[in-house]
Amino acid sequence: MNFGHIAADFKIVMRSYFRNPVALFFSLIFPIILISLFGLIFSSVGTSSVTLQVINEDHNSPVSAAFLSALNNTTVVKVSLVTDSSVTPSNFATWLGQNDDPVGLVIPAGFQSNYLNHTSTNLSVFTNPQDASASGTVLGAVRGVADGFNCAAASGGKLCKPVVGYSNENVGSQVYTYIDYLIPGLIGFSILTSPMFSMVDIASSYRKEGIFRELSLTPLTRAEWLTSRITWYVLLTFVTAGIMIAAGVFLFGAHVQITLGLLPFLVIGPFFFVSLGMLAGSVAKTPESAALVGNLITFPMMFLSGTFFTVSSFPAGLQVFAHILPLYYVIDGMNQVMLFSNAGRALTDFAIVLLGSLVVFALAVRLFKWRDE
Amino acid sequence: MPTAIEVHGLVKQYGTLAAVDHIDFSVPAGTVFSFLGPNGAGKTTTTEILEGLRRRTSGAVTVLGLDPWTESGPLHRRVGVIPQDFRFFEKITPKEAIEYYRALFHTDVDPGRLLAQVELLDKTGARFDTLSGGQKQKLGLALALTNNPEICFLDEPTTGLDPHARRAIWAVIRGLKREGRTVFLTTHYLEEAQLLADQVAIIHHGKIIAAGTPAEIIHAHGRPARISVDGSPELAAYLRRQLSLPAVADAGRVSVELGDKRDALKILAAIDASGLPWESFETSQDTLEDVFVRLVGQMDEGALKSEATK
Repeated sequence: MNFGHIAADFKIVMRSYFRNPVALFFSLIFPIILISLFGLIFSSVGTSSVTLQVINEDHNSPVSAAFLSALNNTTVVKVSLVTDSSVTPSNFATWLGQNDDPVGLVIPAGFQSNYLNHTSTNLSVFTNPQDASASGTVLGAVRGVADGFNCAAASGGKLCKPVVGYSNENVGSQVYTYIDYLIPGLIGFSILTSPMFSMVDIASSYRKEGIFRELSLTPLTRAEWLTSRITWYVLLTFVTAGIMIAAGVFLFGAHVQITLGLLPFLVIGPFFFVSLGMLAGSVAKTPESAALVGNLITFPMMFLSGTFFTVSSFPAGLQVFAHILPLYYVIDGMNQVMLFSNAGRALTDFAIVLLGSLVVFALAVRLFKWRDE
Repeated sequence: MPTAIEVHGLVKQYGTLAAVDHIDFSVPAGTVFSFLGPNGAGKTTTTEILEGLRRRTSGAVTVLGLDPWTESGPLHRRVGVIPQDFRFFEKITPKEAIEYYRALFHTDVDPGRLLAQVELLDKTGARFDTLSGGQKQKLGLALALTNNPEICFLDEPTTGLDPHARRAIWAVIRGLKREGRTVFLTTHYLEEAQLLADQVAIIHHGKIIAAGTPAEIIHAHGRPARISVDGSPELAAYLRRQLSLPAVADAGRVSVELGDKRDALKILAAIDASGLPWESFETSQDTLEDVFVRLVGQMDEGALKSEATK
């Protein structure tokens, strides 16, 4: 691998890109439009309060009433007490589903006495997986209020003792809005679409126009050529991700974590999809069939990898399908580092994409031909 | 003189079709070799095999002593190629293109000098997609020269160019020859081959049907030189009687084939002595184009007859 060759080709790619208004629009302006559009459409999901149906089995004891009042005060949750006496904790889930209520809470009997005696007591939070936003909001709010109660129960100067717990703990420690989930998803969308569409087109059109034959007459190798493209799309992804994060934070008040853990995904994502685009374009015989192959690969991933909606909100069958899509692991990895601080799972996601990238890169270099057999 | 290109028994088969069918030729170093043939004759296939862009089915081929397919890497550092209808990155300027090739080939060629050589200096900063067809070909030629090649493969470099642009490329080809480089030129323009080439080979239906210098080919396959005047059939009859030469009258002109160059003087003296009216004499000889058209025509006619008898 000659880095001088890669640098020379990179300069050509960069110049071509900056002189192409359409490419510039889709790289720099389109991400802002996209995040603004989705942010505006769905901003109400995260900023207005979620109605939380509550069964209070502690019969409106002062502590349970204070807990519910604290939940109301978070402003993201609006508590609504279930007055129908036929609704019990055992049929609550069914009742919530029948009433299209996505979230519910059961305060168990003895909540006040357990709390005052510093005995562990467990709340039951009911969430609907198809409404990840509402679920995240409620779980975050319950945890936040519970943490406050736990600290209040502890003596001054001592560590907060976990007295109030809850049954669902799979969400991070913050209250998330839709825009928070959207940012990693849209970065993933950009990581997928920009290189895939471009490389599929390049692979077929350069072959048709004889540009690959031209390049085959130079000392530039196919691996060097592909590496230069990958380098360019990594750089472009950094810029696009920066624009999206800035737009999300400054326009919609998103609170994602910007950590070094994000960088591996901004590198490995373009690495995978530039190689995959090249591979798809290489196996297709004509520009038309290349576009078809590219779309067949891109469109399912675009919508089913957790780009616009969390995969957990999909029906079970689609969730299984989503787990075989490489973009899922890129987006999930970014979610883990940007939202949930879950380095272990992010590392697993990264390892999966890295392995896939190496295989796809090797196949792309092997199958894409400069010259005719 | 050392040999730059050696081809023996070259075959390129596409299914049952032999696009190139057992051809042999060699190109001495430092000469201009022109490879001619009608569309679909096999010249581009042959050229691409020599350039290392296409794998041959069988036969022995060496270019600068290297196998063009298996040793394409080292070969491409020593040859320059302009393919038919040269295309490049649309948004890149000629200067940037040469700088790109310069970086890939690790040479120190001056883009300005190279662009001046192909008369493209005024388009140094113009993007490729704004160049005319001729200007694009000139850039292709400049890029082919970036690595200071020993052999230049020029595949129809002047097709579709205006006369001025064509002459500019001819000047470059002559300059390459002066510098001692070998030029392998395929062209549709027979006049171009006749003007520039030291050696010519004509390929048709995958086989070489004539080879040699342009003069040798014309001598071997062309008709004898002729002298003709505006005159009557009586004048033709007079010449046949007086000189025993095959004088022919057709459409107001009388023409006589010359067996020897001294016949021309005898014929003119006889015409003058005939007392019959005549005007505007001229001598003519078959060009490479005439020979090409006749050879290709004869071969196609033969193929048609053979097809009809089956």
